[in-house]
Amino acid sequence: MSEHDISETVDEAELPAVAEPFKGEHPIVIEGLKNSFGDHVIHEDLSLTVNRGEIIGVVGGSGTGKSVLMRSIIGLQIPDHGTIEVLGSSITDARDDDDIDIRSRWGVLFQGGALFSTLTVAENVEVPLLEFYPEIDPELRHEIARYKVMLSGLPEEAAAKYPAELSGGMKKRAGLARALALDPEVLFLDEPTAGLDPIGAAAFDRLTKELQETLGLTVFLITHDLDTLYEICDRVAVLAEKKVIAVGTIPELLALDHPWIQEYFNGPRGRAAQDSQARGGKASRDAKSADSVDNSNVEGA
Amino acid sequence: MREWADFTTDAKEGGASTIALTGALTVSCIGPLDRRLRALDQPIDKIDLSGVSAIDTVGAWTAWRTARDHDAEIVGASDQAERLIAAIKDSNSTADIAPPRAEIIERVPAAVGDLVIGWGEGTVGVVGFLGALMVSAGHTIKKPSKLRIKALIRQIELVGVSALGIIGLMCFLVGIVIAQQGAVQLQQFGAEFYTINLTGRLAMRELGVLMTAIMVAGRSGSAFAAQLGTMKLTEEVDAMRTIGVSPVEALIIPRVLAAVLMMPLLGFYAAVMAIIGGAFLANFALDIPFFTFLSRIQEVVPMHDVWVGMIKAPFFGLIIALAGCYQGMQVKANAEEVGIRTTMAVVQAIFMVIVLDAFFAIFFTKVGWG
Repeated sequence: MSEHDISETVDEAELPAVAEPFKGEHPIVIEGLKNSFGDHVIHEDLSLTVNRGEIIGVVGGSGTGKSVLMRSIIGLQIPDHGTIEVLGSSITDARDDDDIDIRSRWGVLFQGGALFSTLTVAENVEVPLLEFYPEIDPELRHEIARYKVMLSGLPEEAAAKYPAELSGGMKKRAGLARALALDPEVLFLDEPTAGLDPIGAAAFDRLTKELQETLGLTVFLITHDLDTLYEICDRVAVLAEKKVIAVGTIPELLALDHPWIQEYFNGPRGRAAQDSQARGGKASRDAKSADSVDNSNVEGA
Repeated sequence: MREWADFTTDAKEGGASTIALTGALTVSCIGPLDRRLRALDQPIDKIDLSGVSAIDTVGAWTAWRTARDHDAEIVGASDQAERLIAAIKDSNSTADIAPPRAEIIERVPAAVGDLVIGWGEGTVGVVGFLGALMVSAGHTIKKPSKLRIKALIRQIELVGVSALGIIGLMCFLVGIVIAQQGAVQLQQFGAEFYTINLTGRLAMRELGVLMTAIMVAGRSGSAFAAQLGTMKLTEEVDAMRTIGVSPVEALIIPRVLAAVLMMPLLGFYAAVMAIIGGAFLANFALDIPFFTFLSRIQEVVPMHDVWVGMIKAPFFGLIIALAGCYQGMQVKANAEEVGIRTTMAVVQAIFMVIVLDAFFAIFFTKVGWG
């Protein structure tokens, strides 16, 4: 990418108009979704509505199609049937990639980070800025990249590093920085804490929550991490039997008499997470309000 | 057309002024405003955000940075603006966004030095690789049951059988070209009948094997490098080592063996196809009947021409497979390297095949197989 001042060559009249921020109640609405690979049906008649400003956790056994659901929502997987609306515009009616004009308004963190391996972390963050807003000065772009890197909890030296030089946890944070590059309204996180140590995972949870509160994000979060569910999710959607069998807060889900849900939340790990929530919930909430978005990644909850 | 964010200046006595920002301070609307704010050089003591309709972190950053640079105070910020400013204030950083780039006077010698060291390490690496291959080959010869027959058959299919179509077609066309061009020249001496000698001997000695080697390098050498390189990246090769499977035995021996075994067969097939191409042309353009052409081949092509081609072929196969496997196993960092290594494998293989071919040409002439 050239350091040349693109802004002078950009014809401002040709820039697309910018949509108003989404004012509706439900930024993501899925109805009657069906996905299949050959004969193997992943989703059948799946419906889910996400409220604005909430962190919704999506859980389900391995192979229940959590990632496929996310890929469908962001337009990477074309469903067989059903409609998906994100921020009021339809994903399923889009004829091709260019039709999805809300891509500057969501951020996606893939499981492995999916950083561009030939660019440094900061350059990774700059890619969406350069793509959608070429009129921004290179200088401001670099500044944005730097503070996003810091905001995601990376040390400032990390900005100039290549993805191959980063650890798994740092890659996730760098991926988060790129997902946040355009101040999105909706954030998709695919197993953000998988493969992180408990301290790093707790810090990542806190970071997600703080960013959601500060920036007013709606977060669609796929996870296996029960601590994450208890700690930061406003509601949890349970994926089983090819559809969303229940959506609600964890106490609401616990009241349901479904064997998989009971086993999931009342298994040994579920109990441990419940206990730690009961014991540490108050303390961690205090810690949360004390420091705002912090850049330290050392203190555990 | 976008509604860009804007500002108004309210100059007071004493020089210091208040800047009132208006409009949406968001990433999509801030481009021109940022440039104008940067250009301001008058003293500012207040930045008024009360006219701001929307704000995100980029807007908060721009306002805060302007305030910092001019030592000004931010007033009239909404709750959200205050929260955002508090969040980004702690994230202030001046770090480089890319590793520092040295001056050209340093970079050029450094690049040359890296290249030379790379050659040295490459030589050591190739020798080491050959050594590992020899050891594994020795193991396999001592204990033939260790040979992975399934993998070998699979590679033979990929290198040999599935290449038949493209190599056949290519050599058929090359045969036509050779016969046609040769005939044009030989006709000047009324010697167009010698087109048969030309096509037959050239196809058997050089063309068949050389064209095959180039095609195999492009098809299979590159595939070897890309496959092994990707396996290195995804730690498959490391996983094999830890469960006691030697990557050389499991991955490289079958590929090398497949290439060595298939090259003579493909080379002979290619030569035959080239001769058929020549005969095809001769039938229509030179009035030499198809089968006359073929039976003359038997008389004018000496048997040692066939041997020359067949002896060279396995060496070419070995070189192609070694280059592909070696480059593939050298992949370390990222996806880009897989591409670079694959290119290097093909370029090196073709280059070395042609160098070796020149040596073989001199050698066979000296031993009387001219």
